[in-house]
Amino acid sequence: MLANTAVAVMWVGLTCYALFGGADFGAGVWDLLAGGSRRGRARRGLIEHSIGPVWEANHVWLIFVIVLLWSAFSPVFAAVMSTLYLPLTFAALGIIARGAAFAFRKASTELWQQRLFGACFALSSVLTPFFLGTVAGAVASGRVPPGIAGGDVITSWWNPTSVLGGVLSVLACAHLAAVYLCADADREGEAVPASDFARRAVVSGVASGAVACAGIAVLHADAPELFHGLTHRALPLVVVGAVAGLGGLLLLYRRRYVLARLAAASAVAALLWAWGAAQYPAMLVGGVTVADAASDGAVLTACLIALAVGAVLLVPSLWLLYSTFQQGTSRAGGRRPRPPAPPASS
Amino acid sequence: MPVLAGLTSAPWVLAVTEGDLAAARAQMGFSLAWHIVVACLGVGMPALTLIAEWYGIRTGDPAYRLLARRWARAMGVLFAVGAVSGTILSFELGLLWPGLMGRFGQVIGLPFALEGIAFFIEAIFLGIYLYAWDRLPPRRHLLTGVPIVVAGVASAFFVVCANAWMNQPRGYTLRDGKVVDVDPWAAMLNPASPPQTVHMILAAFMVASFLTASVYAVALLKGRRDAYHKAGFIIPFTLGAVVAPFQIVVGDWAARFLADFQPTKLAAMEGVFTTGSHVPLTLGGVASGDRLRYGLEIPNGLSLLVGYHPSTVVQGLDKVPRGQWPPVTGVHWAFDLMVAVGLFLLALGVCLLVAWWRGRRKGVALLDRRGARLFLALAVVAGPASVVALESGWCVTELGRQPWIVWGVMSVRDAVNPAPGLMAGLWLVLVVYAAMTVATVYVLRRLAKGPAVPRAPQEEDVERYPVV
Repeated sequence: MLANTAVAVMWVGLTCYALFGGADFGAGVWDLLAGGSRRGRARRGLIEHSIGPVWEANHVWLIFVIVLLWSAFSPVFAAVMSTLYLPLTFAALGIIARGAAFAFRKASTELWQQRLFGACFALSSVLTPFFLGTVAGAVASGRVPPGIAGGDVITSWWNPTSVLGGVLSVLACAHLAAVYLCADADREGEAVPASDFARRAVVSGVASGAVACAGIAVLHADAPELFHGLTHRALPLVVVGAVAGLGGLLLLYRRRYVLARLAAASAVAALLWAWGAAQYPAMLVGGVTVADAASDGAVLTACLIALAVGAVLLVPSLWLLYSTFQQGTSRAGGRRPRPPAPPASS
Repeated sequence: MPVLAGLTSAPWVLAVTEGDLAAARAQMGFSLAWHIVVACLGVGMPALTLIAEWYGIRTGDPAYRLLARRWARAMGVLFAVGAVSGTILSFELGLLWPGLMGRFGQVIGLPFALEGIAFFIEAIFLGIYLYAWDRLPPRRHLLTGVPIVVAGVASAFFVVCANAWMNQPRGYTLRDGKVVDVDPWAAMLNPASPPQTVHMILAAFMVASFLTASVYAVALLKGRRDAYHKAGFIIPFTLGAVVAPFQIVVGDWAARFLADFQPTKLAAMEGVFTTGSHVPLTLGGVASGDRLRYGLEIPNGLSLLVGYHPSTVVQGLDKVPRGQWPPVTGVHWAFDLMVAVGLFLLALGVCLLVAWWRGRRKGVALLDRRGARLFLALAVVAGPASVVALESGWCVTELGRQPWIVWGVMSVRDAVNPAPGLMAGLWLVLVVYAAMTVATVYVLRRLAKGPAVPRAPQEEDVERYPVV
């Protein structure tokens, strides 16, 4: 019971990281594809304004997941980290490059610096979710054996399921970001038309859907246990995800941007929980279950109590953060009530 | 074993090579040493910024509010690199030391979970504080900074608790190699936690204060003696000078704690090889064979410091097998260096106090007195010196624990990731950190040299803040 609660809480953290932190990475993807420094200036300005105040808080969800994994399921943490140290090292370096370069770009004034740091920020925004996705694929396809460094250094994360996981996670991040940015652009004014990001959201959404469909065949061949889980126990969640994804596209088409946010987020969350449901109770497929890996009851209790108390502090704080930057004007900047709104960026 | 053979065939023979172990230690040590400086600034700078902002609001003096603005900008950059370099550490615990985390991850999970919450709060309110400058009334804006300070200190406390556990492992039982009966609170609040956490938190305030002050000391020396630069020097330097004497007392407590709980580390710090009474205090020197040569000895010094009496027995390295000795010369020098810098900073603080006292009587403004140039020159040195003290103090606690990762329980060799290629990872990390170091210093210098800050930090579209 305690172990199941812990794994559920961890999965909630992972979902939050995907929905919030993932969108920040996705924003970086669109920063990369925003066009030349003159043409892309307005878009980059909107992206910067949107993620600036929130990305650090969003990033903490990753630390939350890592810490909960090692506290509640230490052997699983050791097995995953030691076997998958290559993609995780790359992801870690990507996290450094993304966060640091983003802060540097904000603090620099000259074009060449903004270009250099911007490129660094945008490229690492693509690579980091890709490598994290390969890690998910490795775990989901049962390529991480129990014990320390028991899996293959390369093929554990360079295989069909992992590549699928990597590509899907980049696309999903990009989709989430584009959908979120529609509403920001809508509120922000004329500098960037919301349809600009709506188009990107549709393209990335359709691409995510296509890759996910192709993924069915990949999983069938490469990860039969996961495939079985997804097509049986987790099937309702898969259906919810698909419906929410399609619904989101429809809402975009009808310019209901705030509702589209909800739909896109639900789609990604449903797919994450489908993975969890398909794999449960295995933590390392074919070896270790949630109950096997769970820490001492006292540790689980202490951590869960700490997190519950923490939530009492965190929920109002997060509410204050998001509401401060989403209210009236926008999360992006400017205190003036609009319309008409001034340009979003300099 | 050729690395490529290991890459293609799994499972290979999992033998940890000396090179990989050294690489893992170097990588962990390097990324920690890097993070600790930024983390200290992250703990200390919000307090400085709030003091400046509060004083600015209270007096209406624009110099203080401008200072707060500028420090907030620097804080934004430092907090970002601190957040990411801290995340890497949590990765590295698993990537490099899966043996430690696989077995003991659950024992030290609680302080990290609490640290995560504290860090979350810090990140949330930093976002509000930095970006909502123009959106909130001044006093309420000031209030949003308070959780940053509290959470920063709290997260330093929790994370150092976890490190303290590695020095004083408590709160679990090992049965047939398995960890059972875990008491996470006993593990977190182990005997090493109080001295280590207090020492670290005070160090964070000292480093942030003296580093910030040294930037303004440079400006003052260059003749920019306006209210803005004076305030930029006096606020942090005063804070650092106030903390310094407490830090000396806490350091003494920490060393005395070691005499009782971790005598091997104290023996390495002081270069004591033979257990006995009337132990001298040795400054400097080189460990060779079974004694410390060429050092300056103060008769009975260490016995007096540890037990206030020359006949106090101090345990030497001879109590443990030679294979379990920390690197004596390194630990000893690091310790002496830290103490020397600590006393230097204390002396500077006393100078400031005396100058203030005498200036007050004679009606001469501080920093305009004779000798002020020498004082400022020393204050410039104090910033980097405080970082040296920080790093050497960290070396003392980490090197002094060797060869153990968990003192007396698990060696670093048993904890390291046996997968091949750790050396390559080290080079990659070094390259990335080198680039990040260059960029951080460059950006901070630009921020320091840039024009006055007319707008809210980080915001480009706000013109009407009444600072300038």
